[in-house]
Amino acid sequence: MNPAPFLDIKQLSVEFQTRNGVIRAIEDVTLQLAKGEVLGIVGESGSGKSVTAYSVIGLLDNAGSPVSGSATFDGIPVTGASESTLRDLRGREISMIFQNPRAALNPIRPVGLQIQDVLLRHGLAAPQTAKAKAIEMLGKVKIVNPERRFGSYPYELSGGMCQRVGIAIALSCDPRLLIADEPTTGLDVTTQKATMDLIRALTEERHMAVVLITHDLGMAAKYCDRVVVMEKGRVVETARIEALFSDPQHSYTKKLIAASPGPCSTLAELAPGDEARSFSSVAPSSHSEETAVGRKNVLEVVSLVKEFPLPRTIGSLLPWTRNSEEASTFRAVDDISFELKRGESLGLVGESGCGKSTTSTIITRLMDPTSGDVIFDGQNITTYPAETFAQRPERQKIQMVFQDPTDCLNPRYSAHDCIAEPLKRLRGLRNRSEIRSKVETLAKRVGLPVDLLDRFPHQLSGGQKARVGIARAIAVDPLLLVLDEPTSALDVSVQAVVLQLLDRLKREFGMSYIFVSHDLNVVRLLCERVIVMDRGRIVESGLAEDVFRRPSDPYTQRLIEAIPHFEPIGSGRPEAEG
Amino acid sequence: MERHLKHFCYVMGENPVTVFAFSLFALIVFFALFGPWIAPYDPLATNVANALQSPSWHHLFGTDQLGRDVFSRVIAATRLDLGIATSAVALSFLFGCALGCSAGFWGGWIDRLIGRFSDTIMAFPLFVLAMGIVAAMGNTVENIIYATAIINLPFYARVARAETSVRRQAGYVHAARLCGSGNIRILATQIFPNILPPMMVQVSLNMGWAILNAAGLSFIGLGVRPPDAEWGIMVAEGANYIISGEWWLAIFPGLALMLAVFCFNLLGDGLRDLVDPQRRT
Repeated sequence: MNPAPFLDIKQLSVEFQTRNGVIRAIEDVTLQLAKGEVLGIVGESGSGKSVTAYSVIGLLDNAGSPVSGSATFDGIPVTGASESTLRDLRGREISMIFQNPRAALNPIRPVGLQIQDVLLRHGLAAPQTAKAKAIEMLGKVKIVNPERRFGSYPYELSGGMCQRVGIAIALSCDPRLLIADEPTTGLDVTTQKATMDLIRALTEERHMAVVLITHDLGMAAKYCDRVVVMEKGRVVETARIEALFSDPQHSYTKKLIAASPGPCSTLAELAPGDEARSFSSVAPSSHSEETAVGRKNVLEVVSLVKEFPLPRTIGSLLPWTRNSEEASTFRAVDDISFELKRGESLGLVGESGCGKSTTSTIITRLMDPTSGDVIFDGQNITTYPAETFAQRPERQKIQMVFQDPTDCLNPRYSAHDCIAEPLKRLRGLRNRSEIRSKVETLAKRVGLPVDLLDRFPHQLSGGQKARVGIARAIAVDPLLLVLDEPTSALDVSVQAVVLQLLDRLKREFGMSYIFVSHDLNVVRLLCERVIVMDRGRIVESGLAEDVFRRPSDPYTQRLIEAIPHFEPIGSGRPEAEG
Repeated sequence: MERHLKHFCYVMGENPVTVFAFSLFALIVFFALFGPWIAPYDPLATNVANALQSPSWHHLFGTDQLGRDVFSRVIAATRLDLGIATSAVALSFLFGCALGCSAGFWGGWIDRLIGRFSDTIMAFPLFVLAMGIVAAMGNTVENIIYATAIINLPFYARVARAETSVRRQAGYVHAARLCGSGNIRILATQIFPNILPPMMVQVSLNMGWAILNAAGLSFIGLGVRPPDAEWGIMVAEGANYIISGEWWLAIFPGLALMLAVFCFNLLGDGLRDLVDPQRRT
């Protein structure tokens, strides 16, 4: 074994100069990495895991600088190294896969040329052979038909394919250390599995050391040898993967493990902390005793179809090449029907592009369907066009919580104004003090501190923004609440609290939920019934437990298998050895 | 209020160029408002006995061919020039935003109609178009304002259209719809305030152009008529005397014009920082 570790970070602290003074992003971070080892850095947003990685590769923002400690890579000090030394290290010795594959690729340059650029920059290929080598790299990351894809632009590729190109660029110079910063956020679970398996196969083959930054403990369990847990800029625990899950030492690690929904966890287990205490008197939701039979239907969806026109190519404009009408449209939602009882919650599961968001947008009447009916509370609401539905009295009854808590709040409205908006518009409240007191009640109901109400969205954390979104949606006491991936942008511990909040609200106010998500683990916790969609069609539906335990459709099976788990007890990575 | 002031001070402290631009702007506004009281002489009073004096302590910028004090005239002209530019920019901002927002929000035939309309305006050399409008409508200050507003309209419409169409599908727009807001209300309360930062930059850049445009029209003898003090006319009149050595007649109003345009161009960045909510903490 090597006496000196391959990558050695000793008591590194990094500070950022900001408008509100100096902020210490990481403090006394010490970690080692041996050759060929896969190290996971796990923590929630703001814990400093990305800053740690960026300071190794010298890509910190101008405002940030290491103030104490050191980082050495294979004996070469990287903290305080000159820009030219770092530039030689980057790419050839240390390489990086970024979080958002689309943003990391140059949008106006064909992907093949981008790989070629890296090869030429580091002198690993002659101009004559660079193209062949780039194509070979595309083949290695399992891109089908690499010769043709060489000339493709990033926008022509799917998210998963873009990330493969990112991997190809990162590995093209045969680096000895690969830093992967949340490489699969924004990708579907099956794509995530394929991408991670690919990274593992390629790095094992080259005996490469990998630093995997992730917030997903399940993924760390499956793909890492050792894990460093970070909280608020400090390393709180370093352990081998088996030890971490069987015997977590630090309270933060325990909390993190508890908050990650596994195949058998229940809502009450997720966060035994703060939120649970406030309603511990209420028994955890038991779906079996509340049978939905006999309750009134709140929503019926009857053979709903939504078609989108495809962008016309030049060929289709010529009259003699125009074939059938069908070819010019794309069916996002293809003849789906289901019903929802009062007080029931229904999960709508599928990967991106399966039509689940389109369905929910039609149900909330933000979009008109091509055909089919949505019958809400005994009334066919598809007869009113989406344009004017905002003025209908039924508007109050169907509300929605959006996926991205940042995007759904107007940056110029304070939290109070956001929550007050439906009260003013739909309830016609005008009295300011009345609105204020109503908003404060709502804020308390969703667990948002009242003194945060005057802040603007960018001054709130992700979890707080999600609460504002939920408070706004429940402000007018809707019968049906459509939740479009309400937790996908949140940290696991925040997700746990938000899920419990939603569960409590459902039981207290008898709302019906449609919960749109790609994460079956999360859906199972909140929903009694679940519908699995694939390419606009319903492939499976039934009780959540049944679908989860005994999926009958092969698509559902693949979906469930792709979710990375960790087993709380025993060996954590059975797949890795196999 | 205190918070706004603090934010203002922060933006100023961060960028010395912005401080410079804002001070220059304050000076220009000050002259525009209080010019008549500051000017040492009546800008229109002629005194042929005292004509074409070079700059001295009595006449800082010298006197012109009719013996009028150039310094007083440069100061007096600030109000007229700034007035024309402000009204023209306000008009084109108002109509440009309305047109651009509708085009970006509804798209379809509205977008095409407004798009082709602004293309048509932009197809002409803008200054020549302004000349044509003033010549056709009559030689008045109001018509200079209208002409300047019309030629600047497409720039506002385009920026507003682009910024609106980006935000049309934003989550908070959908959320506002769920809260029962109709299209017009969404445009006015959700989208319009959010497109203000880029529009502000456009406004500031455009102020400079508008001043240049007004001065240019006066220079060629359209719009403002002598004996009114206006930078463009003063440069035009003074240009005749440069050859005979009386350089101060044209240089000082020209310099004032240059400083004003320079100031507005620098102001853009600072204004954007001020109105951008992301920078408010």
